[in-house]
Amino acid sequence: MTTQTKETSKKLNAKDRYRALTRDLDWDFSYADRKEAFPYEEFEGIKITDWSKWEDPFRLTMDSYWKYQAEKEKKLYAIFDAFAQNNGQMNVSNERYLNAIKLFLTAVTPLEYQAYQGYAHVGRQFGGIGARIASQMQSIDELRHVQTQIHAMSHYNKFFDGFQDWAHMHDRVWYLSVPKSFFEDARSAGPFEFLLAISFAFEYVLTNLLFVPFMSGAAYNGDMATVTFGFSAQSDEARHMTLGLEIVKFLLEQHEDNVPIVQEWIDKWFWRGTRLLSIVGMMMDYMLPNKVMSWKEAWEVYFEQAGGALFKDLSRYGIRMPKYSDVIVKEKEHVSHQAWWIFYNFGHAAGFHTWIPTDEEMDWLSAKYPDTFDKYYRPKWELARKMEAEGKRFYSAGLPQLCQVCQIPMTFTEMGDDPTQFSYRHSIYQGERYHTCSDGCHDIFEREPEKYIQAWLPVNQILQGNCGGGDFETMLRDYYRMNVGADNLDIEGSPDQQRWKKWKGNAA
Amino acid sequence: MTVRAIHNNYQFEPLDLQKNYGDQFLLYVGWDHHTLFCSAHAMLASPQQTFGQLIEQQITDGFAQHPDFAKIDWSKVQYSLDGQIISPESTKTLAELGFGHKSLLRFVTPELNGYNDSYV
Repeated sequence: MTTQTKETSKKLNAKDRYRALTRDLDWDFSYADRKEAFPYEEFEGIKITDWSKWEDPFRLTMDSYWKYQAEKEKKLYAIFDAFAQNNGQMNVSNERYLNAIKLFLTAVTPLEYQAYQGYAHVGRQFGGIGARIASQMQSIDELRHVQTQIHAMSHYNKFFDGFQDWAHMHDRVWYLSVPKSFFEDARSAGPFEFLLAISFAFEYVLTNLLFVPFMSGAAYNGDMATVTFGFSAQSDEARHMTLGLEIVKFLLEQHEDNVPIVQEWIDKWFWRGTRLLSIVGMMMDYMLPNKVMSWKEAWEVYFEQAGGALFKDLSRYGIRMPKYSDVIVKEKEHVSHQAWWIFYNFGHAAGFHTWIPTDEEMDWLSAKYPDTFDKYYRPKWELARKMEAEGKRFYSAGLPQLCQVCQIPMTFTEMGDDPTQFSYRHSIYQGERYHTCSDGCHDIFEREPEKYIQAWLPVNQILQGNCGGGDFETMLRDYYRMNVGADNLDIEGSPDQQRWKKWKGNAA
Repeated sequence: MTVRAIHNNYQFEPLDLQKNYGDQFLLYVGWDHHTLFCSAHAMLASPQQTFGQLIEQQITDGFAQHPDFAKIDWSKVQYSLDGQIISPESTKTLAELGFGHKSLLRFVTPELNGYNDSYV
């Protein structure tokens, strides 16, 4: 009897097994200084008194993680194969839809790669084993997302323009510096700020605003490849969100001195996040032929309601809503229209197609934005139509002024009294003048000017002559590697559109 | 405030210093209440060029697409440079008028309110 008990106890129960395969991977330092082993842990001013209080957000051991992910991969690639064999590209709503996917591939997929790199880095730097393991697992997830996204979208590369050189474009093309610099800002911060920025602000609060348009948008528009990727990533995203919640609660509970630091990061990263998501807003309102919901509605559900409840919960630690939340509430009526207008202006320099909304779309926009669309934005499209009818499709002359922080053209307007007035803010630092698009970006600059003076602003680099010589078209072709005349310009008359019509049997 | 960094001396040269633009400087020009253009334009200018030349060359190249542009009465246009109201003489050079690297020039055309008075 005694022997039997001993033999069964050799096999660990689930709880012990979990401990052995996570927390017990840590070790004590007998001859090295622990501070030297984790040099990044203190410089941000964060105080950790007891790492053992960290609650592992992922109740997963490495071996079950591999098993679980491998099962998902098998299913995912079986569907990709079926999608390709059945000419799945023919089932999308229309050729306009693919432009949202081109933007996703060039703007978001490389961010998954940056996330992989970022989590791998911080997964080395935390003194607590729980945080290290969680970051390492998320790092591997992110790498998987890069790969599965590339595979999901690679099928479209055979049939549509603009998919061919996304990684190169991400490093160079003017509007892609917006997502790229966002992530580089987070990755060049300390490990705690990185987690607060990406795990909490982005993954926990804002990620729904990215997933709703893409995954629901894909479903509404017949894009089985992207929908399937979305489902496969969803359980990973759920884990990532719990890491986001854990990091913020852990920091706030560890030491009261952490509270003001965390608040500053929340203020910074929510503002940066809302600026980045203006691109997503325009996808929802303008790029999806079959629309899921308006950007404004998505913002109300996922930020104002869900985020509002979260911040109410965090208020017991002394945390308040992100700074300029009142401005963000007003901007939800404007930013999607303003962002698409940027791309319509510079459709000759975009790696995807742009267009004027149809009559039905404009009526939908009027209904969804009763206070702003007819007053401020419909007139823009009416003028654009008039110019197009006169044979002068409007592509803006010149180059836009960019915000030093978010790097978006300075298109956003005053939310106080005049939404038709561009919002200009500036700072002087060490005798140099810097321009920002809003109070939010201005404050971010002022807090860490040393960081943002190094910004590689694409327009300024073009004017310095660093993006290839010759004319604008040469730069698009040689420096950006766009297929000029195919990837860019209006959807009307594009090779994408001509092929689509031919395949659908109504060639012009 | 200053950045918290792992290195004690976190100081780097800005990427947009005037010396990177040769003899020219970076100038931003915005036309208030004309949002056909999604933002102010970024352009190169020379400190030696006159204000009149700036209007004839860069500003015309940048903004002539707007249907209001041909209707502008330049004698009535109001200007601000880096937030200060100015009344520039067209024969003066940009240097004389106080233009600097990364200055922002905004102009207002009081009787022109954009397409169908919509500020577009």
